[in-house]
Amino acid sequence: MSWLANNTFHHSQFDLAELEQRKREAGVTISLCIPTLNEERTIGKEIVVLKSELMERHRLLDEFAVIDSGSEDATREVARAFGADVYSAAEILPECGDHRGKGENLWKAIYQLAGDIIVYVDADIRNIHPRFVYGLLGPLLSRPEVSYCKAFYDRPLAESGRLRPSGGGRVTEILIRPLFSLFFPELSALIQPLSGEYAVRREVLEQIPFPVGYGVETSHLIDVYHRWGMSAFAQTDLDRRIHTNQSTDALGRMAFGILQTFLQRIDSLEIIRDLPELNATLNQFMVDQGRYEELAHEIRVLERPPMIELPAYREKRSIDNTGA
Amino acid sequence: MNETTVTGFESIVKRIGDLPQALHGLQDVLLANLAMIAEIPAPTFAEGARAAFVQERFAELGYADCSIDEVGNVAGVLSGGENGDVRNILLVAHIDTPVAATVDHTVVVQPDRVTGPSVADNSLGLAVVAAMPAVLERLGLSLRSTVLGLACSRGLGRGNLEGVRFFLEHAKLPLQFGLCVEGVQLGRLSYTSIGMIRGEIACEVPEEYDWTRFGAGGAISTLNDIISRMLEIPTPDRPRTTIVLGRIEGGTSASTIATRAALQFEVRSESGATVRQLLEDISEIIEEVSSQSGADIRMTVFARRRPGGIAFTHPLVRRTRRLMQSLSLTPRLSPSTSELSAFIDNRVPAVTVGLSSGESLGHRNETVRIAPIYTGLAQLLGIVLAMDGGYCE
Repeated sequence: MSWLANNTFHHSQFDLAELEQRKREAGVTISLCIPTLNEERTIGKEIVVLKSELMERHRLLDEFAVIDSGSEDATREVARAFGADVYSAAEILPECGDHRGKGENLWKAIYQLAGDIIVYVDADIRNIHPRFVYGLLGPLLSRPEVSYCKAFYDRPLAESGRLRPSGGGRVTEILIRPLFSLFFPELSALIQPLSGEYAVRREVLEQIPFPVGYGVETSHLIDVYHRWGMSAFAQTDLDRRIHTNQSTDALGRMAFGILQTFLQRIDSLEIIRDLPELNATLNQFMVDQGRYEELAHEIRVLERPPMIELPAYREKRSIDNTGA
Repeated sequence: MNETTVTGFESIVKRIGDLPQALHGLQDVLLANLAMIAEIPAPTFAEGARAAFVQERFAELGYADCSIDEVGNVAGVLSGGENGDVRNILLVAHIDTPVAATVDHTVVVQPDRVTGPSVADNSLGLAVVAAMPAVLERLGLSLRSTVLGLACSRGLGRGNLEGVRFFLEHAKLPLQFGLCVEGVQLGRLSYTSIGMIRGEIACEVPEEYDWTRFGAGGAISTLNDIISRMLEIPTPDRPRTTIVLGRIEGGTSASTIATRAALQFEVRSESGATVRQLLEDISEIIEEVSSQSGADIRMTVFARRRPGGIAFTHPLVRRTRRLMQSLSLTPRLSPSTSELSAFIDNRVPAVTVGLSSGESLGHRNETVRIAPIYTGLAQLLGIVLAMDGGYCE
């Protein structure tokens, strides 16, 4: 049976009570991490829905954390009001400095949170439902060889208050899937490689580096594939995800960052040799009263090392220097 | 009413005073229900997706025998004790909304409020009916009576209460009480229904219309003539009577003479005879304007209510008022044209109460306040306990 057939799930295949039982039998703990930056309009609903179903009615989650990148709105206050553990990314591992970016929050979550499995869920999901979490945990709690489960969706974008039938994943279809098809054909079986929702075992998370910005999902897939192979992956259909659409310009910047990460990876894996030094400036253009203006965006991919390499982490998790 | 009865009821009054605080622990399940229900569009006659979700929630939160019947009602059973003293209490909230499926149904949850289409009317009512088994379990309350939870379909507009009527006509269990739950406004108490007819006047002018005739302004102008005459119909102060002009539509653009226009209206009165008389008056106006203008004018009545209800002094109303007052709520008595009317027609004593305060009702930013919900829910539990204890008959 192909990987696609064998490792692709639908959330309806999983029952919450059954997963709770499997979790007890496996003796694992599970943390949920929601990385945030100015998400006051969606974070409250996300917390009450997920906490109610997955912590109170069912004991699937042991820890519910919001890791914030310095929101200027009421994100942290709203999250605290609804009972989440709220952390400022800057205050976690302060000796390592602070970079702004989703990857930074995800990386620091590995240090801060206690779970054997960490589920990452974006904060901008407008139709949040418990399936966004248990659908990802299902494969990990059912199949020991699966370490990294990724979400995919039928993704309508919401614009001007009206739903469109499709159109999500433009960067995936124009950039990532062609690149994967060229260099890592097996990875092109991941239907939405850039989705922001995934559940991962700690022993995998702590051993992979984390780009701070746009490239975190792409680098994860390449690194996990390289070290553990396709059998470590699963993907779950979570049906529909409604989120705020991004402008083409914003997607261009995202694509630029992802491309940098991708090229660095194939360089370090020696798939392509003698890669020249990459330019870190993306030029975009805007028209103002008939005049074209050039906008230069400096986008450099910073990368956090595997968490296991940090002495502070090894000490916190009581890991000796032999890796035991 | 003997002294034992009063003492027993007063213990309920005393007990519910502490409930709002205890109910704070149920915030997550209530708000989760509310958000997830409200985000599923459910315009009247197209409630299927929301009904399927509510059926799932009913089962997850503790109702047994959860089912969807042939008109789209979702029902669940919370069985009471088996001591022969059993009563059956029907807890009802309508599942449908007047909001089109194409409208963005995103809900925003903030520390003090929840905002989004239909959150108050009536996703909150539905959220609470769905959560009732979990609420009773959390508070350690067991009832002798059986509680039937009903999320009823086809309630609004042209739905004409079809869902709740169907359920009441086909219910296998005899029902002793009904309790209609509305999201807003807290303090509302309805125990009577007013007489009502709800209809539409559609005016159509043929394309080949003779524009030299009277009323040549087109369908909107003709409809305007009808409206002007309707507003001249005298309505009595007693019995209280009103004509509501609720919705109007017509025409295609500013520069085109309209060939179609329609008015939706309600006639409400405490007297059924007055409603019938006013309907006759409107029919005559339509006939006259139609003959003068040559336009095709048709009136369709798509919903009717008969006036009726239980007395102000009925034990159910009396107990409900006492419970509300004990929670520092001043009962605002108002007749209803919603599900309560179906109970009245079926001679089942029932009341309608609200759960919280809210604003911007009927708009996309419809808002319901979180803090008052606990008082509203305490009130609801008090009424259920009073019904269960035999204090309302």
